[in-house]
Amino acid sequence: MIYFDNSATTKPLQEVLESFHTVSESYYGNASSVHRLGLEASRILRKAHEQAGLLLNVNPEEIIFTSGGTEGNNLAIKGIAYAYQSRGKHIITSKIEHPSVLVACEFLATQGFEITYLPVDQTGVVKVDDIKAALREDTILVSIMHVNNELGTIQPIKEIGALLSDRRYTFFHVDDVQGFGKVKLELKDNGIDLYTLSGHKIHGLKGTGLLYVKKQVRLAPLFHGGGQQFERRSGTENLPGIVSLVKAMRVVTEYHLHHAEHIQQLNNKLRLELSHFPEVVINTIEDQAPHILNFSIPGFKPEVILHALTERNIFVSTKSACSSKKPDESAVLSAIQLPRAQSTSAIRVSFSYHNNEGEVELFARVLKKILKDLKK
Amino acid sequence: MLYDHILIRYGELSLKGKNRKVFIYQLHENVKMKLKDFTNIKVSSARDRMTILLNGEDPNAIMPICQQIFGIQSLSLAIKIDNTEEAIKEAALFTLTNVKGAKTFKVTTRRANKDFPIGSQQFNHHVGTHLLVNTEAFTVNVHEPDVEIHIDIRKDATYITSERIAGAGGLPVGTSGKSLLLLSGGIDSPVAGYLAMQRGVRLEAIHFHSPPYTSEAAKQKVLDLAARLAQFGHDVNVHIVPFTAMQQKIHREIPNGYSMTVMRRMMLKISEIIAERNKILSITTGENLGQVASQTMESMHAINAVTNYPVLRPLVTLDKNNIIKIAQEINTYEISIRPFEDCCTVFVPKAPKTKPKKEKVEQLEQQLDLTRELEELLDNTLVVKVSSVQSKQDEFEDLF
Repeated sequence: MIYFDNSATTKPLQEVLESFHTVSESYYGNASSVHRLGLEASRILRKAHEQAGLLLNVNPEEIIFTSGGTEGNNLAIKGIAYAYQSRGKHIITSKIEHPSVLVACEFLATQGFEITYLPVDQTGVVKVDDIKAALREDTILVSIMHVNNELGTIQPIKEIGALLSDRRYTFFHVDDVQGFGKVKLELKDNGIDLYTLSGHKIHGLKGTGLLYVKKQVRLAPLFHGGGQQFERRSGTENLPGIVSLVKAMRVVTEYHLHHAEHIQQLNNKLRLELSHFPEVVINTIEDQAPHILNFSIPGFKPEVILHALTERNIFVSTKSACSSKKPDESAVLSAIQLPRAQSTSAIRVSFSYHNNEGEVELFARVLKKILKDLKK
Repeated sequence: MLYDHILIRYGELSLKGKNRKVFIYQLHENVKMKLKDFTNIKVSSARDRMTILLNGEDPNAIMPICQQIFGIQSLSLAIKIDNTEEAIKEAALFTLTNVKGAKTFKVTTRRANKDFPIGSQQFNHHVGTHLLVNTEAFTVNVHEPDVEIHIDIRKDATYITSERIAGAGGLPVGTSGKSLLLLSGGIDSPVAGYLAMQRGVRLEAIHFHSPPYTSEAAKQKVLDLAARLAQFGHDVNVHIVPFTAMQQKIHREIPNGYSMTVMRRMMLKISEIIAERNKILSITTGENLGQVASQTMESMHAINAVTNYPVLRPLVTLDKNNIIKIAQEINTYEISIRPFEDCCTVFVPKAPKTKPKKEKVEQLEQQLDLTRELEELLDNTLVVKVSSVQSKQDEFEDLF
C-alpha cells in the first residue's frame, strides 16, 4: 500500500495510540474532581498544557485543547467576532481558506459582520499589499492560513504579522493545520494572536486539536458550561485525546528537526518523475511546503485516475470539493485562475515522514501505465 | 564559525572583598548543577568572570537557564580566538551578522595584553573598516549603536562578544545560609521565598496541612510552588506538618476573635522547632503589613513574640500589585491562584481581632495544653524533597 493522502489525514503513530490507551485505562478521573483520581487527571492535564506550551514556545495557559481544526477555526473567528464586535465588525480572510474558516465567516456575514475575501496571485499566495489596502478602522480580525491544503503554498505570515503589529485591536489568526511539523512558524515573533492545530494531520487522533490564544486576547466561548480550560472551552477535558495530541506534536517536531529534507527529497523526486510526463502540468510552484504536490492531467477526469490508483492500492486525493460552488472545480485552483481544463483535473499528492523514494518511483510507474491504458 | 563560549559577569559579588572566593565557588557550583544535563560543557571561573566552554552544546538552551541563576550580572555569547588580527576580524564579522535587527554598530577594544601590536583606538578602526567593507546594511554609530562589538584581547586569547543579556542579579544561592519558608499556597509566600533566594538564601519550606479540611490538591499546589522556587536554586525540602488536630483544638477552646492569632503563634513556634532540628538559622514569611488581620502591626507584635529566630519578611512593605507582578514574572502566580483552600483560610473566624493584645493571647494560651498535639504533629511531619532540576523521569513523562 502507498498512502499519499497525508493532508487528508495521517496514520496515528503507535506511541500516540499507547498514550491514548494508558490515559484512558489508568487516568480516567475527571480533571475537575477533587479526589485523588481527579487530582491525577488535572496534573496530567497541566503537564499537557506545559508540554504543548514548550513545543510552541508559548505559555501553558495560552493553549486551549479542542476537538480539531474545524473547532479551532470556529472558536478563533466567532470567539473574536463576538468578544470584540463593539470595536468593529469587519473581518479579512482569503479565498483559499479551509471551509471551516470560510463558512464560519459566511455565517458571521448573516449576523451583521462584513467580510472581505482577498484574492490570491497566480501562485496561490495572498498579497500583503492587498491586506494593507483592505484594512479599515473597524477591522477586528485577519484570518490567513499558513500552508494551503490543496496547493501547499506558504502564505507570508511573518509579513502580515508585521503589518498588523501596531494595530492593537486587529487580531491575527493563523490556521496552521497543514503546516505544523513541516514548515516552521514561530508564534511569538510573528504577531500571531490565534493559531489552530489539528491532531489527525500530524499522526495524532481524530477529534483532537488545539487553539493558541495569546494571553491578553479575549474570546467569546463557543460552548457554555462548566468553565473548563480557563473559561474558554467548557466540557470535560478529553484527557486521552489531549495527551495523544501533545505526544504527536512532540514526535512530529522531532521528525521535522532531524528529517526535514526527507520529505523535500520525495517532493523533488516526484517533480522530476512527473516532468517526464507530457500530459502532466504541475500546479504547485517550487519552494513551497515540502509535503504537498498538486498537479493536473488535463483531459482526464481526476476521479478516474484516483480509482485506477486505488485498485493498485495507491491513495491520493483529488480536490477538496466542499467549498467549491461548481461541482467539479476546485475553489482554490479557480482562485489562482488556472484554465478550467487544469482546475478540473487536479490531483494532490501529500507525503508524510514515513513515505520513501521507492514509493514515489512505483507511483510514477503505475501512473504512466494508467495513462497509457486510458488512452487506448 | 560558531559561538563557543558563554561569558558570565559576576554581580554584586565582585564587591565582596575577602568573601569573594566563597561567592565565586558557590556560583560555580550552582552553574554546574543547573547545567549538569549538558555533559560536554566545561565551566571555569576566574577572579572577574566565569566562562562556559560549550563544546558543541546548544547555547540557546543554556542561556535561559543561566539567566535564572542568582549572582550573575550579565551574560554574553562569545567567541574565543587567537590573538591575530585576521582571526579577530573574521570573528567580529560573524558576531555582527548574527545580531538580529541591528543597523548600527560600534567596536570597542580592550587590550589587557599590551604585547598585542596595535593600539586599541587604531584597532577599533581596523576592525570597523573590515566590518563596513564586508557588509552592506550596517553603519557606524559610536554614540547609540544597536550593537557594540567588544573585543577583549587577553594574554591567552581574544574574546569577542556583542549583546549583553541581563542576568538575575543578586547573590549566589547558598552564600547567605538557610531559611525556613512558611509556604501557604497563596500568592505572597513564594514571592517572599524568591526574594530571599535572590539574596543568596537557600530555602527549606514548611507547609501546614489540615486534611480533610484541606485537599490533596492544596498540598500538591504547595509542592508545585516549591518546584518552581527550586528552579532558581537548590533542591527544596518541604516539611509537611499535619495540623488538623491542633487547629481543631485551638478552634474549639480559644475565643473566636483570638483563635487566628493563637494559630499563627503555633505555626511560628513549630517552624522554629523544625528550623532548629534542621540547623536552619532563620524563618521567612510572606507577611505584608496591613494586608490581612494577622498582618497588622499589633498582630505581628503578638505573633512574633513566640520566637527568637530572625524572621525575614521580604514583602513586608511592598505593594500588593508589585507582589503580583513578581509572582507573574517568576511563574508562581498561575499556581497560586488555583482555587484550593489552604489551612489559613479554612478556620478563619468571622471577625478576627485586628489588634490582638499580646498579654491577652499569652493568658489564653496558658489555659490551653497543646503538648500532645505538638508532639504528635512533629512525629508525623513528612519531608518531601523537591528537585531543582526538572527530572527526566517525571512521573507522567512517558505519556508525552
